[in-house]
Amino acid sequence: MAKFRITFAGPHVSFQDAGRTGHLRFGVPGSGPMDRLSFAAANTALGNPAGATTIEVSMGGLVLECLEGPISLALAGGDFGAQQGLAWSVFTAQPGEKLTIRPGTSGSWAYLAFAGDVDVPQWLGHTATHALSGLGGGRVRTGDMFDVQNPRVEDARIGDIARPEFDRTDGPMRVVMGPQDQFFQQSALDAFLGETWALTDAYDRMGVRLAGPKLELKDALGIPSEPILRGSVQVAGDGVPTVLLADHGTTGGYPKIAVVAAVDQDRLCQLRAGGTLRFAAISPEEAVKLVRTRDAVMTDYLSAIAIPRGSLQQRLMRENLITGFIED
Amino acid sequence: MGFPDFKPVSDNGLLVAFGDSMTPQVHDAVLRLDRVLAQHPPHGLVEVVPAFVNLMVVFDPLVTDHAAMQAAVQALLGTEVAGSTEGTLREVQVCFDADLAPDLATVADQTGLSEEAVIDAHLAGELHVVMYGFAPGYAYMTGVPEALHLPRKQAPVRDVPKGSVLIAGAQCLVSTVTMPTGWWIIGRSPTEILRDDPARPFLFDVGDPVRFTRIDRDSYEKAVRANG
Repeated sequence: MAKFRITFAGPHVSFQDAGRTGHLRFGVPGSGPMDRLSFAAANTALGNPAGATTIEVSMGGLVLECLEGPISLALAGGDFGAQQGLAWSVFTAQPGEKLTIRPGTSGSWAYLAFAGDVDVPQWLGHTATHALSGLGGGRVRTGDMFDVQNPRVEDARIGDIARPEFDRTDGPMRVVMGPQDQFFQQSALDAFLGETWALTDAYDRMGVRLAGPKLELKDALGIPSEPILRGSVQVAGDGVPTVLLADHGTTGGYPKIAVVAAVDQDRLCQLRAGGTLRFAAISPEEAVKLVRTRDAVMTDYLSAIAIPRGSLQQRLMRENLITGFIED
Repeated sequence: MGFPDFKPVSDNGLLVAFGDSMTPQVHDAVLRLDRVLAQHPPHGLVEVVPAFVNLMVVFDPLVTDHAAMQAAVQALLGTEVAGSTEGTLREVQVCFDADLAPDLATVADQTGLSEEAVIDAHLAGELHVVMYGFAPGYAYMTGVPEALHLPRKQAPVRDVPKGSVLIAGAQCLVSTVTMPTGWWIIGRSPTEILRDDPARPFLFDVGDPVRFTRIDRDSYEKAVRANG
């Protein structure tokens, strides 16, 4: 068994597995990682199942101490841990070691994966934490301790994780318009697609409010509450849009002008307050095609980083064979 | 607009609407399709989210798409629902002691009823769960008797404890998390809506009728202790 103590955890740090489906009808959103690709990368590079339980680290950062070990870990997401030399890498924690994970120059969320079974509560079959209720593995708080069962040391995986370059585009966020776009003035639809938006610091796992022009509604505040999917851009009576994310409410009465395509949700989540974005409308057919293309690219990427590259000694040996010389 | 109306949502949803405003007929059509989809799930169906006038059909875009799902739903529209569509009567206990019901006196005042008459009217209401939303286990019920219909408060009140029995307009709900609310707090319930039971994790299904029963303080405290 490995054991950790949380020396410090900022706000919005929580345990997350891949998230749950099938309970939207009971008011339960999927939860799970804000950036699903980085989450899967951290687990896969460590030799874990892609959906294993991680700690999702927020801009607030995380400091933890390994009390029992050793155990290998992986960190992926944004540029978190860059200063500490941990960004996008697999490494091993020894008992007594303290690990500091701070946001680097980019990204809002990172994933710390553990080679073993993180022993935290499940709810509805998953450890994904729903922040508002605290249900699931739970929020990570200063002073907490947790165990990791069946810890492994993954010598053959230590080192950098290749970053998913395919996800680091700065093009517009693609959206499918609707389902309540008929409740907006034409000027609002034009502004939504034509103007540049900024993320505000009203940003948590439920969603992020955007700053930009006011989006004028028609008489829409009396519409009955409708089901909501992740990525929905909801506009309240004040004309301010909010992109609803991992812990979104499952139904709501404010009209949704558009929904951000799944393929662009990870990089949207990695923007920071003050970061800017534009929206571009695509058809539902295009959105489905994009999901399928990205799934294939993602599968290739994850298969590539899943392969152990050998122990340090084996890698040095390979170097040695290539160069024919190695210093003592 | 003709109904049913189909709208593609994002890359994984189809919103099927049966009307613009909530009527028993419209909501009944929602419940009927919800049940038919449960009994005959189309290829690629992930889950279905029923609401007041429409339901969201969530699908896996790796195996199906909006057009195929719409065709599958259309083909199911005339299908008979197997078994009863009535739902199952669920009981919710509620204690109306003043400290657990901070708005009871105001509701009585604003409706021109006595507090006991407010309680009696609420207990006599024929409530149904029409939709979940906001947070896990937040079951919106309709059927609050007309005599008790009040608009929401001007401003929400913070830190309203979980288990609060809330009303606004024709709607009622029992909160499952501590949160701010602008609804009127008329009692407190020890009945767990989020149940620690994998086979039946939530007390209600959408469509279930609900009966509130009055309990005294002793029974309330006992039930709270039993919940742990």
